[in-house]
Formats: sequence, C-alpha cells, structure tokens
Amino acid sequence: MSEPVKGIKSPVRLEYTVSAGRALSRFLAALTEARLLAGRCSVCRKVYIPLRSVCPTCAAPMSEELTIADTGTVTTFCIVNVPFEGQTMKLPYVYASVLLDGADLPILHLIQIPAEEARMGLRVKAEWVPPAERRPTLESIRWFTPTGEPDAPFDTFKEHL
Amino acid sequence: MREVAVVSFAEVAYPRSEDDEVELISAVIGRAMTASGIAKSEIGFTVSGSCDYLGGRPFSFVTALDAVGAWPPISESHVEMDGAWAFYEAWVRLQHGDIDAALVYAFGRTSQGELRDVLATQLDPYYFAPLWPDAVSLAALQARAMIDKGICSEKDMAEVARARRRAGAARRASSPVEASVDALLASPYVVAPLRSHDCAPNSDGAAAMVLAAGDLVKRVARPAFIRGVDHRIEAHALGARDLSRSRSTELAAEKAGAKGRHFDVAEIHAPYSHQDILVARALGLAGDVAINPSGGAFGANAYIVTGLGRIGAAATSIIDGTAKSAVAHATSGPCLQQNMVCVLGGER
Repeated sequence: MSEPVKGIKSPVRLEYTVSAGRALSRFLAALTEARLLAGRCSVCRKVYIPLRSVCPTCAAPMSEELTIADTGTVTTFCIVNVPFEGQTMKLPYVYASVLLDGADLPILHLIQIPAEEARMGLRVKAEWVPPAERRPTLESIRWFTPTGEPDAPFDTFKEHL
Repeated sequence: MREVAVVSFAEVAYPRSEDDEVELISAVIGRAMTASGIAKSEIGFTVSGSCDYLGGRPFSFVTALDAVGAWPPISESHVEMDGAWAFYEAWVRLQHGDIDAALVYAFGRTSQGELRDVLATQLDPYYFAPLWPDAVSLAALQARAMIDKGICSEKDMAEVARARRRAGAARRASSPVEASVDALLASPYVVAPLRSHDCAPNSDGAAAMVLAAGDLVKRVARPAFIRGVDHRIEAHALGARDLSRSRSTELAAEKAGAKGRHFDVAEIHAPYSHQDILVARALGLAGDVAINPSGGAFGANAYIVTGLGRIGAAATSIIDGTAKSAVAHATSGPCLQQNMVCVLGGER
C-alpha cells in the first residue's frame, strides 16, 4: 500500500485594487500637506479622526470638517520587544494611542522616546517627514516626539482610553 | 407561522463606486428606514450579508456596522452569503415572536477584484479549487449542458439577455443592449457558449430592507407579506449534479408554496442568461407573469446584493401597487448550487 496523503499544496493568489472611500481618501490626501483632517458628528458633536462619513455611534453624517492640531497626549502605550519581518524600528520601541488635541478618538503611532520613559499623559508632537517624502499614509508622520510640557492630568483623557 | 412583511426596500448600484462600504450602506439604510415609518429603536434585530473575499480583507461586516449606529448595543448577526440569506435569518428571528421589526442589509464592491477568479475560492479546496476554474467557465459548462439537452439555444439566451438589459436600463449600472439578437449572436464568445451579453455586469452596490410583524405591520399602508419562503442546496461537487436542471429551486418552490400558483411578477436571480431560463422552468412560471421587470442581475449585479435585491424588487412591486402577488428567487454558489424561493402577497 502506498503512503497516505497527509497534505496538498494549493496556492491562492488574488489581486485587489482597493479604494479607501470618499472620507478616508480625503484624510489620506491631507497627510501629504501635513494636515490632520477630522470630522465632527452632527448629533453627538464628537470629533473623529481619521475623517469618516458617518458617526459610528449615531449613524449620523459629519456636520463639520476640521484640521486638528498635530500635538496630543499619550493615553495608553505598549513596548514592542518582539521582532517581526519588515520591522523598521530598533527594539525595544514604544507604540501608543495618541489623543490629538481637539479629537475624541485616539490614533495609533510610534513615540520617539526610550522605552523606560513611556507613560500615560506624556505630551507629544508629530514629526512630519520632509514634503518630498510625504505620501497619503500615516507614515508621513515619522513618529511623535515629547514636547517637554508637563504631563497631562489623567482626568483630562480618562474618557478617551 | 407568524405573518411577516417586507415594508420597505432601497438599493444603490453603480458600475464602479468610490464609496467605501459604510458610505454605500448608510445611503440605503437611511432610505429604507425613512420609507418604513419604523423607528430605529423599534428594530429588534439587524442582520447583514457580505463577502470578505470581494475586498480581500477580513471582518468587513464589522466595519460596516458604523453605518447602523450600533449604540446602545444592538442584537446583530451576519451571513457570509447573499443578503437573501440574511433576509431569511431575519424572517426566522421574527418567528420567535418577541420582536416586531428587523433591518436587513447587504453590500458588495465587486470592482475591487476579478470576481470570476474570486469565486473560484468558494469551490471544494482539494479537488476543484486548485484547478482555478473561474465562475464564467463553470456557468458555460451549465449553459452547454442545457443546449445539449435542447432546453435552450444561444438565440434564446441572447433574447433573454437583451430583454433583461433593456428592462434594467433605468438602474444605470449596466449598459443596455441596442444590437439586434442576430448581431449579438455574431459577437465573440467569452467562454463558449457564453458571450458577453449573456453575463450580467459586475457592479458595486448595497441594499437595505425593513421587515415587520405583529402590531407594527398594522401601521404600514401596503406591506408585502411573506406567504412562504424556503431554501435548498445541492451537492458541492459539480460532477454530482445534473446542471441542466435546478432541483433545489424546484424543491424550494414547492416548500414555499409557489408551485402551480399564479404570480403577477417573478424576480429571478440569474447572473447568466441561461440561468434565467433554467430557474423560470424550475419555478414552473405561468405564461403571463412578468419576469424580471427590474432587469434582475442584468440591471445591476453587485455580488451579495443581487439576491436580496430580487426579494426587494418583488416586494416593491406589491408595495407600490403594480402587482398583487410576486415570487422572488435568490441563488448562491456555482451553477445555481443553492436556491431560495420567496412568495409575496399584498392581501392582509
């Protein structure tokens, strides 16, 4: 009797051309001009970044589009110690939720700080790559760097964790 | 059985859209909710149909929930199938009797990939999928089986395709056919015996529907009552089936109470002209029924949306008063593998 077949190889490859949608496309395009485009919900008044067409809580449209500051507060963070393919940062490094000033939803980005100094409440500012290198991606922000301001009190961001 | 009705339906379809899923869906949910006269707070169950293979990314139905406004938390479900099966789940949920309204929606952005190849991934993974038979080629096998048995000719198929495309022109998601049947038959094959007119267009779109039961239906001026609904499936292996006959449609039609009944309108989910002919036979439609006045899949064909769209179009014909009775059909899988039949009527 021949050996039983224990597995087969069956490669799957499909190609896609994905568009980001109307609202997200505009957010991504604004990054090439070093602008952070957000939207305010017409019902709950919360400010969402990235800009989106609909408030996920109210299912209502945005009533206003606004460019918000590239400064903010670290709400939560993690320290990456695990290597993986395509990694560009030297281990260990800090990856954090940054609540931009004026926004109600944090974005995720790298923080340029020694891992042992990472903390909640840290005030940071975006470091944009030079204009010629900017693309419609959050990589147009190299990372966030500490501003040197005093840490933000917990109460100022506790609703945004 | 508890009486459940379709009270509103809305759809959008484009040859290609730059809208993302949320942008497509929020437009139709808004319209369907407004037309229903039912408040968001009265919806007891929300269920969607979508296919992650269309965009090549997981959990697109979770992202899509942004369009629903799922706060305070809602009771929600999803099928990785045509929205017609989401409709079926909503109908079952309403049979429980503790809720009186449900929202069903479906979305599909076919333009993101090559649908005929994407659909090869739904085949059996050991014997079939590794060969990558594309969806048009499989449909052509079925058309060939029908022609060989004398069930239809390429001319019959061209006539059906031409009529459907003309009927669906108002939906502006496909190009209407101006050419004569003779001219169509002179055009080259895509995969013999299918020519380009025999294949429905691929569209981007979304659809939403509100179902109601109990006291909520009494508020609605002209609901489309679901008199019967059933779905049946055939073998996964195409070689195990007689492709020239749709036994699962026949059985679903019988169980849904469609057999031997007169209908003003029949909406058939057939992305290929020969399947339109095959399903019409399986449903046993009488001569004076209007088949696919919406154009069916030839009017717009956003994968995952088209089946729900047939139920929606059939229900709309009752809601707007153009029909007193209608039958809708939806399909899933290669060569009409799985089929649903839904009988709708306007009388209380």
